[in-house]
Order: sequence, then C-alpha cells, then structure tokens
Amino acid sequence: MLQQLSWKVGGQQGEGIESTGEIFSMAMNRLGYYLYGYRHFSSRIKGGHTNNKICVRPTQVRTIPDDLDILVAFDQETIDVNYKELTEKSIILADAKFSPVAPEDCVAPMYIVPFTEVAAELGTSLMKNMVAIGATSALLNLDKAVFQEVVDEIFGKKGQEVVEKNMQAIQQGFDTMAEQLGDRLGEWELVPADGKHRLFMIGNDAIALGALAAGVRFMAAYPITPASEIMEYMIKKLPLFGGAVIQTEDEIAAATMAIGSNYGGVRAFTASAGPGLSLMMEAIGLSGMTEQPLVIVDTQRGGPSTGLPTKQEQSDLMQMIYGTHGEIPKVVIAPSTGEEAFYDTIQAFNIAEELQLPVIILSDLQLSLGKQTVDPFDYSKIEIRRGNLINTDEIPEAEDKSYFKRYEVTEDGVSPRVLPGTKHAIHHVTGVEHDETGKPSEAASNRKAQMDKRMKKLQHVNFSDPVYVSAPYEEADILFVGFNSTRGVLEELQQTLIAQGMKVNHAHIRLIHPFPAKEVQPLVANAKKVVVVENNATGQLANILKMNVGGHDKVINVLKYDGTPFLPLQLEKQVKELLK
Amino acid sequence: MVTFKDFRNNVKPNWCPGCGDFSVQAAIQRAAANVGIQPHDLAVISGIGCSGRISGYIHSYGFHGIHGRALPIAQGLKMANKDLHVIASGGDGDGFAIGIGHTIHSIRRNIDLTYVVMDNQIYGLTKGQTSPRSAEGFKTKSTPGGAIEPSLKPLELALTSGATFVAQGFSSDIKELTAIIEAGINHKGFSFINVFSPCVTYNKVNTYDWFKENLTKLSDVEGYDHTNREQAMQVVMENEGLVTGIIYQNEEAPSYQEQVPGYAPTPLADQNLKMSEKEFNTLLQDFM
Repeated sequence: MLQQLSWKVGGQQGEGIESTGEIFSMAMNRLGYYLYGYRHFSSRIKGGHTNNKICVRPTQVRTIPDDLDILVAFDQETIDVNYKELTEKSIILADAKFSPVAPEDCVAPMYIVPFTEVAAELGTSLMKNMVAIGATSALLNLDKAVFQEVVDEIFGKKGQEVVEKNMQAIQQGFDTMAEQLGDRLGEWELVPADGKHRLFMIGNDAIALGALAAGVRFMAAYPITPASEIMEYMIKKLPLFGGAVIQTEDEIAAATMAIGSNYGGVRAFTASAGPGLSLMMEAIGLSGMTEQPLVIVDTQRGGPSTGLPTKQEQSDLMQMIYGTHGEIPKVVIAPSTGEEAFYDTIQAFNIAEELQLPVIILSDLQLSLGKQTVDPFDYSKIEIRRGNLINTDEIPEAEDKSYFKRYEVTEDGVSPRVLPGTKHAIHHVTGVEHDETGKPSEAASNRKAQMDKRMKKLQHVNFSDPVYVSAPYEEADILFVGFNSTRGVLEELQQTLIAQGMKVNHAHIRLIHPFPAKEVQPLVANAKKVVVVENNATGQLANILKMNVGGHDKVINVLKYDGTPFLPLQLEKQVKELLK
Repeated sequence: MVTFKDFRNNVKPNWCPGCGDFSVQAAIQRAAANVGIQPHDLAVISGIGCSGRISGYIHSYGFHGIHGRALPIAQGLKMANKDLHVIASGGDGDGFAIGIGHTIHSIRRNIDLTYVVMDNQIYGLTKGQTSPRSAEGFKTKSTPGGAIEPSLKPLELALTSGATFVAQGFSSDIKELTAIIEAGINHKGFSFINVFSPCVTYNKVNTYDWFKENLTKLSDVEGYDHTNREQAMQVVMENEGLVTGIIYQNEEAPSYQEQVPGYAPTPLADQNLKMSEKEFNTLLQDFM
C-alpha cells in the first residue's frame, strides 16, 4: 500500500482539467485524506498546457512531492512536459484520442485508455474527465460510491439524468481500466484515512473567510491573478451580511476607497498582487499618515512588472515592508498555511484598528491558489478588537469650535479615534503633516512629536505567535528559515534530515514587520548554519534577518526564482550542495 | 436651526485675496445650511491643490486626501455610512488630469454624493502650469508657446458618461451657485458640479470680467428643459460649455447603493461585527 499518492492530470487549458482534479480531490477529502494541490497554468483562457498536481495522504501535507505516481494525460504535451517526474513504479494513463507516444527514456509504463471515446458513447465527450477519474479509482481500488456524493452536489442541479451519466462514466472508466490492468488492479492502493471531515480550500478562501469573520463589510478591488478569488468570495458572501464589494477602475481607487470606508468606521480592505500593490503605494502612505486603518492582501506572483503572473515567487517582501515614500508605521503579516491565513487575517483587522495603521497580509501564489486540506477553524478563537474607537455622542461640546484631538500625543502613540457623524468631535484629517487636531502644521517641534507618536505604535503590535517554531534541538546543525508557502517543504526536509542524523530546527516567520527579533535571535544563536529558503533572486528575507538579528557569518541563501515552487528532494540536493 | 455660520471654523484660508475658491466655500456652507444638515453629519473630502484645502476651512468632518483621489475616498465613506452627507471637492487638475479616471467612473457608478470641481483652468499651487482645462494656445510656464492640447470638456464628458446630475456655476454668482449645490445635495445619486473659480494670480485670461461677458445663464434660456439630455448636450455644445445652472438631471435613476444586492438599509458603520456561530458554520459547509 502507498503511504502517499502523487497524482497529476494535465491537458490543454479550458478542457476541464481543473474539474478533473477538483472532483477527484473532493472525493479523497471526504474519505478523510489530507490533500495539497498545485496548479500549473498560463495567463490565457483556452489552450496552453495546464496541469494539476495533487498529493494525498492520511497525515497533514503542505507540499507537493518531486515525483509522480500517476499521470493522467489528455494531450501529448502533458506526457512530454511531465514524464521526468515519473519513476519505474509510476504509471501514465493517456487518452487514446491523441495517439499518445511515450518518450524513449520514459521509465514508467503507459496505458492507453479511450477516455474520450467512452465518454462520447455515453453522450458527450465532455465527460472524459469522469472516465479518467474512474480509471484512477481502478488503480487505487476505490469504490465508485465515494464519488456519488460529490457528483450529486456538482451535477445535481442539472438533473438526475446528468448525475447518472457521470456516475456511469466513472464506472466505465473503472471497468475499462480494470480490464487493462489485469492483476495490477489496485496496485496503487493508499493506506486508509480516518474518514473525518475537514475543510478543503485554497489560501485565498481562508483569507476571505477570515476577513468575513473579522467583520469586514466592504471591499474595493480590481481583478488580478492570483488575488481575484478573494474578491469573488466576498461578492458571494457580503450581501448576506449587508455589505458590498465595488470592483473599482484601478487599484488606486481600490485602496483609497478602502481608506474612505475605514474612515467611516467600517472594516474594509482590498486584495491584489505586485502590480496592484505598486499602484497602491501612495494610498498606503496616506493610511499611515492619517492613521486610518487599512488592510491590504498582497498575493505575491513572479515579478517585476507583469513578470510571471501565474507563477510562484516571494519577491515583494522589501516593497511591502518599506514601500511608500517617507516613513510610516506599517505591519506586515505572512501566514504560511490555510489555518494561519484564516486566523492571521482576523489579527490583521484587529491590529489595523488598534494601532490605526496599514497592515499588509502577505501571501504567495502557492499559498493563495494551492488547494489544501485545512483543519476546522475554531469559532471561539474569533476575537474582534477595535482599539481606542470612541463611538458615542457624549463627547462634551468644545469651546470656540475647536477641533477634537484626533491625533493627540499619547503614551503608546495611539490617539482616540472618532467617526464622522459623531457629535462634538469634528476634526480634520490630512496627509499633510498636522497637529493634534488634524490642522496642517509645519512647525519643527510638532513634526517631531507627531512622527514619534506614529512610529511608536509599532512597539505595541499585539500579534500572537509571530514565528512558527519547530526546534527539537537546543544546539542545531541547521536552522531553516522561511515565510509563506515554503512552510510545507521545509517541514518535510527537516524530518528527512533529522532521519539522516542531522540536528535541524525550523523557524517560519509569520510576523515579518516589525521583525520578531526576540523570538528568532536565540534560534539563530544556537545554530551552526542558518539556511534561509525563499523564492526570490536576492535573498530578501535573509537580508531582513541579518538586519534584525545578525548572524552574517552563518546565513546561507537558498534561492529559487524560476517560477516553480521548491520541491523536497530538489531542495535537499540544493541545501546539501551549499553546505559542502 | 442650523445656519451657514455653523459651518464656519476658526481657520483662515491661505488662498490669495480675490480667489474664486472663497465663494465656492461660502456657497457650500450656505447650501448645507439650507438643506438643514448638522455640521457633524457632513463630510467634505478634498484632493490636493489650492482648492484641496477647502476641507479644512469648513466646520464639518473633513478629509484632505491625495492628489486626484478625493472621489474614491468619498465613495468609500458613503458606502460605509449612507446617513452622512458627503461632498467631494477639488480642482480641475485633481478631477480632470490625475483623477480623470475616478471622475468618469464615479459618474457612471452614481453613488449618492456631491462633487464640486473648482475649475480655474490653471495649476495654481505649483505656480502656474497648464491644466487640462486651459484653453488651446494658453501660455503658461509649462506651455510657453501656448497649450497644444484642446481643453477638456467636462460637461460633455459627464453627459456622455451617464451622469444623473450635471451643473455648472460661477463663483461670483453665489446665489445661483448655492442653489445648484443645494440641488446637488438633494439629488439621490452622483451630482457633478463644475464651478468656474477664477485664479487671480496665474490666469489673466479667464478673469471675472471675462466670465461675466461670456457666460449664459440657463435660467435665461427660454424653454430650457434640464431633464432632456439631448437638449442639454445641444446647449452645452452651442455655448462651448460657457453656461451656468442645472444642465441635466435624471431624478428617476436609482443610485448605486439602491441597487447593490443585500446592501443593508442602515449604515454599515453601525453594524455589529461578530457573526454568530451558526452563520460561521454555514460558511464552513461550503468547504467540507
């Protein structure tokens, strides 16, 4: 029996590749397996190779493996592009329709199965993906009944006949494959799972759900890969809570509209990727200067410029920490799992209101779009903190129409916040340097007092668990450091190297800025080598680490910026090479 | 009873003596008082430039944002609190150069707020460069040989962008301007109001006298029907945009907020943020 299954389906974009992976995954999820998927796709609607690689096993998984057990191919390109991931124990299931040819050096056997033909006989070739799922279930020796529920849900609204046809397609796929396999039937059977129901979602779903749980009532956004799913989820769900989403004319409008809404007292946010964030930089400065809460999600993708819009990268880090002209207090949070994406999004809205400043939720394409099994979210952990928000009409009337001290200099730098509409609390808000009442002021002493007040807020960031730490060793040979979606691959490699006799610790940075130096410093001090693993070309996280905790003599950069995520075996090789 | 004096604060504007913006400010204050708005229920959102300072000169909530972005800030605010009266204001550079995209899309979107452009056809605060509203041939520091590009036509632009309220005023006719802004505030949707507000320092062509000579009041045009969009376009084109009054109004069109599915009838800002456990579990079901 297999301990884990690595399965990939590939074909031309727009051919139903997505739904093949989706239906297979949903069924496996219902059986209680953990899944982790990664989609290879291009920035076009139809045509172009796309594939969906999914890892299935009975324990938590947060990375895709290097190898493949099963490759389902709907075109020759799928075989040509992916066959190198196959081993002698793997298998290719190829649709007979395109007369597949296995490359000479392909080590895995290829079975040619009439996916399209079987589907066409049942009425429509569109169902070829269901036939392929049936064939897969023959390899895994799965009872087709596991698909019944999923097929009901997906096709139920199209009528009973469609449901039955799809189930027949699965059955025939199974039968056709079983015949071809002979006594190899069920050779790829997976160890059983616990049957528990867990969440199965992309990181963007977790972020959007977190925003909703945090009490968001307004979103302004502009479509962009890989962030759009957040907006689409909010468009579906916000009406249930009385809220609204505006698809704006550009990202500048998105960010400034969110600022306007926060100024009005509503939790509002926007979500985008690198190009959008570049356009939002001036607005981020406005939020910092006027002390209006603002939450922005940055789902990183390959940059610079349009870069690699559908590929993995982690190269926005420096821009997120320092971006906007001048100096403002800003918080940057980088969740690394679906669970963290949910809880950290709630934390982001709390911090934005408590400290009245911009908070960036940094994600990356692999986390945002990778579909993964997520442990159920705990309702009792949803906490809403709005800080020093005075929501009352009991403020005494000021003499001479003097303004409310919205920017009062206080011990912790946080001033009382009132919303427009509040009686006797009229004040001015401006991006120009201002005094305690919001009136423009260029006086040197005021400038210093207001600047100090704003920056001081960063000393009061109330963020729980700023670093994920797995440190079994007091003195380690290696400390792995990463952020966002490299969490899974580093967890995996840590275990592999420990099994090989090395002492390996792992710190994944969840609060990027202000950097949790206090938590990270001892880990760095007690490691011989600090290996910082990141998807960019310049070692941005390594530089941030060195700036904040030192360790210049032992930091080693492991970088990957070819648009693909790190894989466990590849990374192991890369790390060992560098440690030589 | 609220009067325009309630909208005065103790800040002295830093506009040049004789600047048209003084009268625009006064007209907004009078209009707000005439409508019966309490100062704390009014928010003035402004852009950057001489005119952008207006939000600090009116005793109401005020937000002086970034160049060209008064409108998105104002729209976000109105979405958050539909009970507030929101007036966005800025110059012609703000609304027709850097912020032109937002101007057009705000007009299309038709969120219920009032937009007052203080149009002086020049960049004043940066000391005299051409604006999209400068006339062709207009000489400035940035166009020493005269402006090459034709002047942008805000009224035609608004009419073709689906505006439900288009008006134009002249800052020295404060009575008409007050009435226009009042009508704009009362209009349920986006009201676009362009105001000729002469720059006495850098624009020596489009002066008070020049406007007095060249402007036509629509109230003097016999039989003018401001609910007729075709006629509106015609009168604007015939007069090369030099008209004042309410040019067009469509009182039937619903505002954006009236059309958003599920949008709460009470201000979003008043909502309790925490969802119930039942609501939460229902949301989780989608992912099981």
